[in-house]
Amino acid sequence: MARSRPEPVQVVKQRRDAALNAIVEGVPYIRFLDIGFDRRGDELTGVLNFDQKLIGNPLLPALHGGVTAAFLEVTAVITLSWEFLLPKIESGELDASDIADYEKVRFPKTVDFTVDYLRSGLPRDAYARAFISRAGRRYASVRVEAWQDNHARLFAQASGHFLMPQPATDGK
Amino acid sequence: MVDKAAIARQFIEAIPHARALGLKLTSIGNGEAGITMPYSKELVGDPRTGVIHGGAVFAALDTCCGAAVMSHPSAPGGTATIDLRIDYMRAATPGQTITTQATCYHITRNVAFVRATAMDEDEGLPVATAAGSFTVEGL
Repeated sequence: MARSRPEPVQVVKQRRDAALNAIVEGVPYIRFLDIGFDRRGDELTGVLNFDQKLIGNPLLPALHGGVTAAFLEVTAVITLSWEFLLPKIESGELDASDIADYEKVRFPKTVDFTVDYLRSGLPRDAYARAFISRAGRRYASVRVEAWQDNHARLFAQASGHFLMPQPATDGK
Repeated sequence: MVDKAAIARQFIEAIPHARALGLKLTSIGNGEAGITMPYSKELVGDPRTGVIHGGAVFAALDTCCGAAVMSHPSAPGGTATIDLRIDYMRAATPGQTITTQATCYHITRNVAFVRATAMDEDEGLPVATAAGSFTVEGL
Protein backbone atom coordinates (compact mmCIF):
# COMPACT_ATOMS: atom_id res chain seq x y z
CA MET A 1 0.00 0.00 0.00
CA ALA A 2 1.28 3.45 -0.87
CA ARG A 3 2.28 5.68 2.02
CA SER A 4 0.20 8.84 2.31
CA ARG A 5 2.02 11.97 1.17
CA PRO A 6 3.50 14.04 4.00
CA GLU A 7 1.75 17.34 4.68
CA PRO A 8 3.34 20.48 3.19
CA VAL A 9 5.85 22.01 5.63
CA GLN A 10 4.00 25.32 5.98
CA VAL A 11 0.79 23.54 6.99
CA VAL A 12 2.58 21.62 9.74
CA LYS A 13 4.46 24.72 10.94
CA GLN A 14 1.38 26.92 10.90
CA ARG A 15 -0.64 24.40 12.93
CA ARG A 16 2.07 23.87 15.56
CA ASP A 17 3.04 27.53 15.89
CA ALA A 18 -0.60 28.62 16.18
CA ALA A 19 -1.19 26.08 18.96
CA LEU A 20 1.99 27.08 20.83
CA ASN A 21 1.11 30.78 20.52
CA ALA A 22 -2.39 30.11 21.84
CA ILE A 23 -0.94 28.37 24.91
CA VAL A 24 1.69 31.04 25.63
CA GLU A 25 -0.14 34.24 24.74
CA GLY A 26 -3.18 33.37 26.80
CA VAL A 27 -1.24 33.72 30.06
CA PRO A 28 -1.01 37.32 31.36
CA TYR A 29 1.92 36.51 33.69
CA ILE A 30 4.02 35.19 30.77
CA ARG A 31 3.38 38.50 28.97
CA PHE A 32 4.20 40.43 32.17
CA LEU A 33 7.65 38.77 32.30
CA ASP A 34 7.94 38.92 28.47
CA ILE A 35 8.83 35.24 28.02
CA GLY A 36 8.75 33.74 24.53
CA PHE A 37 9.33 30.22 23.21
CA ASP A 38 11.51 29.03 20.34
CA ARG A 39 10.28 25.83 18.77
CA ARG A 40 12.63 23.50 16.86
CA GLY A 41 10.81 20.26 16.12
CA ASP A 42 9.59 19.03 19.50
CA GLU A 43 12.23 21.03 21.42
CA LEU A 44 11.17 24.22 23.18
CA THR A 45 13.53 26.88 24.51
CA GLY A 46 12.15 29.55 26.81
CA VAL A 47 13.50 33.06 26.20
CA LEU A 48 13.30 35.69 28.97
CA ASN A 49 13.63 39.10 27.34
CA PHE A 50 15.51 41.41 29.67
CA ASP A 51 13.80 44.45 31.13
CA GLN A 52 14.78 46.75 34.00
CA LYS A 53 11.74 45.64 36.03
CA LEU A 54 13.24 42.12 36.32
CA ILE A 55 16.11 43.36 38.49
CA GLY A 56 16.25 42.11 42.09
CA ASN A 57 19.56 43.59 43.20
CA PRO A 58 20.11 47.07 41.75
CA LEU A 59 23.64 47.29 43.21
CA LEU A 60 25.15 44.40 41.20
CA PRO A 61 22.79 44.52 39.16
CA ALA A 62 21.26 41.02 39.01
CA LEU A 63 17.96 39.41 38.00
CA HIS A 64 15.50 38.89 40.87
CA GLY A 65 15.63 35.32 42.19
CA GLY A 66 11.85 35.20 41.93
CA VAL A 67 12.04 36.10 38.24
CA THR A 68 14.55 33.30 37.66
CA ALA A 69 12.29 30.85 39.51
CA ALA A 70 9.19 32.01 37.63
CA PHE A 71 11.00 31.76 34.29
CA LEU A 72 12.05 28.18 35.08
CA GLU A 73 8.56 27.26 36.27
CA VAL A 74 6.89 28.80 33.20
CA THR A 75 9.31 26.87 30.97
CA ALA A 76 8.54 23.63 32.83
CA VAL A 77 4.75 24.09 32.62
CA ILE A 78 4.74 25.10 28.95
CA THR A 79 7.08 22.25 27.97
CA LEU A 80 4.92 19.78 29.87
CA SER A 81 1.69 21.18 28.36
CA TRP A 82 3.23 21.07 24.91
CA GLU A 83 4.29 17.43 25.31
CA PHE A 84 0.79 16.61 26.52
CA LEU A 85 -1.14 18.63 23.93
CA LEU A 86 0.97 18.12 20.78
CA PRO A 87 -0.33 14.60 20.00
CA LYS A 88 -3.92 15.90 20.31
CA ILE A 89 -3.11 18.83 18.03
CA GLU A 90 -1.43 16.56 15.49
CA SER A 91 -4.33 14.11 15.47
CA GLY A 92 -6.80 16.93 14.84
CA GLU A 93 -8.56 16.37 18.19
CA LEU A 94 -7.66 19.96 19.22
CA ASP A 95 -6.73 23.13 17.37
CA ALA A 96 -5.43 26.54 18.43
CA SER A 97 -8.93 27.93 18.96
CA ASP A 98 -9.70 25.18 21.51
CA ILE A 99 -6.82 26.19 23.82
CA ALA A 100 -8.86 28.94 25.50
CA ASP A 101 -11.69 26.49 26.23
CA TYR A 102 -11.47 25.48 29.89
CA GLU A 103 -13.62 22.39 29.33
CA LYS A 104 -11.35 21.02 26.62
CA VAL A 105 -7.89 22.04 27.76
CA ARG A 106 -6.46 22.10 31.26
CA PHE A 107 -2.89 22.74 32.27
CA PRO A 108 -0.62 20.88 34.70
CA LYS A 109 -0.53 22.28 38.24
CA THR A 110 2.71 22.77 40.14
CA VAL A 111 2.91 20.66 43.30
CA ASP A 112 6.42 21.71 44.32
CA PHE A 113 9.33 23.49 42.73
CA THR A 114 12.95 23.70 43.94
CA VAL A 115 15.41 26.17 42.47
CA ASP A 116 19.22 26.09 42.78
CA TYR A 117 20.80 29.46 42.21
CA LEU A 118 24.22 28.71 40.73
CA ARG A 119 25.40 32.24 39.93
CA SER A 120 23.73 35.62 39.76
CA GLY A 121 21.55 36.34 36.73
CA LEU A 122 23.10 39.05 34.57
CA PRO A 123 21.00 41.97 33.32
CA ARG A 124 20.45 40.46 29.87
CA ASP A 125 18.31 37.83 28.11
CA ALA A 126 18.14 34.33 29.58
CA TYR A 127 17.27 30.96 28.08
CA ALA A 128 15.79 27.82 29.61
CA ARG A 129 15.04 24.29 28.62
CA ALA A 130 12.96 21.71 30.49
CA PHE A 131 13.48 17.96 30.48
CA ILE A 132 10.60 15.70 31.43
CA SER A 133 12.12 13.02 33.64
CA ARG A 134 8.86 11.18 33.98
CA ALA A 135 5.34 11.91 32.80
CA GLY A 136 2.84 9.58 34.40
CA ARG A 137 -0.94 9.75 34.21
CA ARG A 138 -1.21 11.73 37.44
CA TYR A 139 2.23 13.12 38.22
CA ALA A 140 5.13 14.43 36.20
CA SER A 141 8.69 15.13 37.28
CA VAL A 142 10.54 17.86 35.40
CA ARG A 143 14.09 19.25 35.48
CA VAL A 144 14.86 22.72 34.07
CA GLU A 145 18.13 24.49 33.21
CA ALA A 146 18.69 28.19 32.59
CA TRP A 147 21.69 29.92 31.06
CA GLN A 148 22.65 33.25 29.54
CA ASP A 149 25.78 33.82 27.43
CA ASN A 150 27.17 30.32 27.68
CA HIS A 151 25.01 27.19 27.74
CA ALA A 152 27.72 25.27 29.63
CA ARG A 153 27.57 27.79 32.51
CA LEU A 154 24.06 27.46 33.91
CA PHE A 155 22.98 30.28 36.24
CA ALA A 156 20.09 28.31 37.71
CA GLN A 157 18.58 24.86 37.65
CA ALA A 158 15.34 23.56 39.09
CA SER A 159 13.28 20.46 39.53
CA GLY A 160 9.62 20.13 40.29
CA HIS A 161 6.57 17.91 40.44
CA PHE A 162 3.35 18.58 38.60
CA LEU A 163 -0.17 17.25 38.74
CA MET A 164 -1.26 16.34 35.23
CA PRO A 165 -4.68 17.52 33.99
CA GLN A 166 -7.26 14.81 34.48
CA PRO A 167 -10.04 14.02 32.01
CA ALA A 168 -13.16 16.06 32.86
CA THR A 169 -15.22 12.90 33.42
CA ASP A 170 -12.83 11.58 36.09
CA GLY A 171 -14.48 10.61 39.35
CA LYS A 172 -18.04 11.18 38.14
CA MET B 1 22.57 52.95 66.31
CA VAL B 2 21.76 52.12 62.71
CA ASP B 3 18.08 51.37 62.15
CA LYS B 4 18.37 48.09 60.25
CA ALA B 5 14.61 47.83 59.75
CA ALA B 6 14.51 51.20 57.99
CA ILE B 7 17.48 50.27 55.78
CA ALA B 8 15.88 46.93 54.89
CA ARG B 9 12.54 48.55 54.08
CA GLN B 10 14.21 51.11 51.85
CA PHE B 11 16.32 48.43 50.17
CA ILE B 12 13.36 46.13 49.49
CA GLU B 13 10.96 48.76 48.26
CA ALA B 14 13.68 50.06 45.88
CA ILE B 15 14.05 46.68 44.14
CA PRO B 16 12.70 47.16 40.60
CA HIS B 17 10.98 43.76 40.50
CA ALA B 18 9.45 44.26 43.96
CA ARG B 19 7.94 47.51 42.64
CA ALA B 20 6.69 45.75 39.50
CA LEU B 21 4.87 43.19 41.69
CA GLY B 22 3.55 45.90 44.05
CA LEU B 23 5.25 44.29 47.08
CA LYS B 24 4.87 46.09 50.41
CA LEU B 25 6.93 45.36 53.49
CA THR B 26 4.48 45.19 56.40
CA SER B 27 6.79 44.03 59.20
CA ILE B 28 10.48 43.36 59.69
CA GLY B 29 12.91 42.67 62.52
CA ASN B 30 14.74 39.93 64.45
CA GLY B 31 14.90 37.54 61.53
CA GLU B 32 11.22 37.84 60.62
CA ALA B 33 9.55 39.67 57.77
CA GLY B 34 6.07 40.13 56.31
CA ILE B 35 5.38 41.21 52.72
CA THR B 36 2.09 41.63 50.86
CA MET B 37 1.41 41.35 47.14
CA PRO B 38 -1.87 42.84 45.87
CA TYR B 39 -3.95 40.95 43.30
CA SER B 40 -3.21 42.08 39.76
CA LYS B 41 -4.56 40.89 36.40
CA GLU B 42 -0.99 41.05 35.03
CA LEU B 43 0.06 38.24 37.37
CA VAL B 44 -2.67 35.80 36.38
CA GLY B 45 -1.46 32.33 35.38
CA ASP B 46 -4.70 30.94 33.98
CA PRO B 47 -6.96 33.58 32.40
CA ARG B 48 -9.92 31.19 32.56
CA THR B 49 -9.87 31.06 36.35
CA GLY B 50 -8.09 34.35 37.20
CA VAL B 51 -5.73 32.55 39.61
CA ILE B 52 -2.32 34.18 40.25
CA HIS B 53 0.63 32.34 38.67
CA GLY B 54 2.75 30.27 41.06
CA GLY B 55 5.84 32.10 39.80
CA ALA B 56 4.58 35.41 41.21
CA VAL B 57 3.95 33.75 44.59
CA PHE B 58 7.50 32.35 44.40
CA ALA B 59 8.90 35.84 43.76
CA ALA B 60 7.01 37.29 46.75
CA LEU B 61 8.20 34.43 49.02
CA ASP B 62 11.80 34.77 47.82
CA THR B 63 11.78 38.51 48.55
CA CYS B 64 10.24 37.93 51.98
CA CYS B 65 12.84 35.26 52.84
CA GLY B 66 15.66 37.62 51.80
CA ALA B 67 14.19 40.38 53.98
CA ALA B 68 13.99 38.00 56.97
CA VAL B 69 17.69 37.10 56.56
CA MET B 70 18.72 40.77 56.31
CA SER B 71 16.80 41.61 59.48
CA HIS B 72 18.45 38.88 61.59
CA PRO B 73 20.56 40.39 64.40
CA SER B 74 23.57 38.24 63.37
CA ALA B 75 23.37 39.14 59.66
CA PRO B 76 25.99 41.66 58.56
CA GLY B 77 23.85 42.94 55.68
CA GLY B 78 23.36 41.45 52.25
CA THR B 79 22.09 38.07 51.14
CA ALA B 80 21.37 36.01 48.02
CA THR B 81 19.29 32.88 47.54
CA ILE B 82 21.26 29.60 47.42
CA ASP B 83 18.19 27.42 47.04
CA LEU B 84 14.48 27.75 47.63
CA ARG B 85 11.76 25.14 47.52
CA ILE B 86 8.08 25.99 47.29
CA ASP B 87 5.16 23.64 47.93
CA TYR B 88 1.89 24.79 46.45
CA MET B 89 -1.03 23.74 48.63
CA ARG B 90 -3.88 25.33 46.71
CA ALA B 91 -4.78 28.04 44.21
CA ALA B 92 -4.88 31.58 45.65
CA THR B 93 -8.41 33.02 45.53
CA PRO B 94 -8.70 35.53 42.65
CA GLY B 95 -8.99 39.14 43.79
CA GLN B 96 -7.34 38.63 47.18
CA THR B 97 -4.04 40.07 48.41
CA ILE B 98 -1.31 37.53 49.14
CA THR B 99 0.45 37.87 52.49
CA THR B 100 3.84 36.24 52.99
CA GLN B 101 5.58 35.70 56.32
CA ALA B 102 9.19 34.47 56.59
CA THR B 103 11.37 33.41 59.53
CA CYS B 104 15.14 33.08 59.47
CA TYR B 105 15.33 30.33 62.12
CA HIS B 106 19.06 29.69 62.04
CA ILE B 107 22.08 31.59 60.80
CA THR B 108 25.79 30.74 60.67
CA ARG B 109 28.71 32.85 59.41
CA ASN B 110 28.01 31.64 55.88
CA VAL B 111 24.46 30.35 55.57
CA ALA B 112 21.00 31.44 56.71
CA PHE B 113 18.08 28.99 56.88
CA VAL B 114 14.59 30.29 56.22
CA ARG B 115 10.98 29.08 56.27
CA ALA B 116 8.01 31.01 54.87
CA THR B 117 4.30 30.77 54.16
CA ALA B 118 1.98 32.54 51.72
CA MET B 119 -1.68 33.15 52.65
CA ASP B 120 -4.66 34.82 51.05
CA GLU B 121 -7.64 36.10 53.08
CA ASP B 122 -8.52 32.56 54.15
CA GLU B 123 -5.93 32.02 56.86
CA GLY B 124 -7.03 28.46 57.56
CA LEU B 125 -4.82 26.89 54.88
CA PRO B 126 -1.70 28.43 53.36
CA VAL B 127 -1.54 28.91 49.59
CA ALA B 128 2.11 27.85 49.61
CA THR B 129 5.02 27.18 51.96
CA ALA B 130 8.71 27.69 51.27
CA ALA B 131 12.00 26.51 52.73
CA GLY B 132 15.44 27.58 51.63
CA SER B 133 19.00 28.56 52.35
CA PHE B 134 20.58 31.95 51.73
CA THR B 135 24.10 33.35 51.66
CA VAL B 136 25.34 35.66 54.44
CA GLU B 137 27.23 38.64 53.03
CA GLY B 138 28.48 42.03 54.16
CA LEU B 139 26.69 45.10 52.82
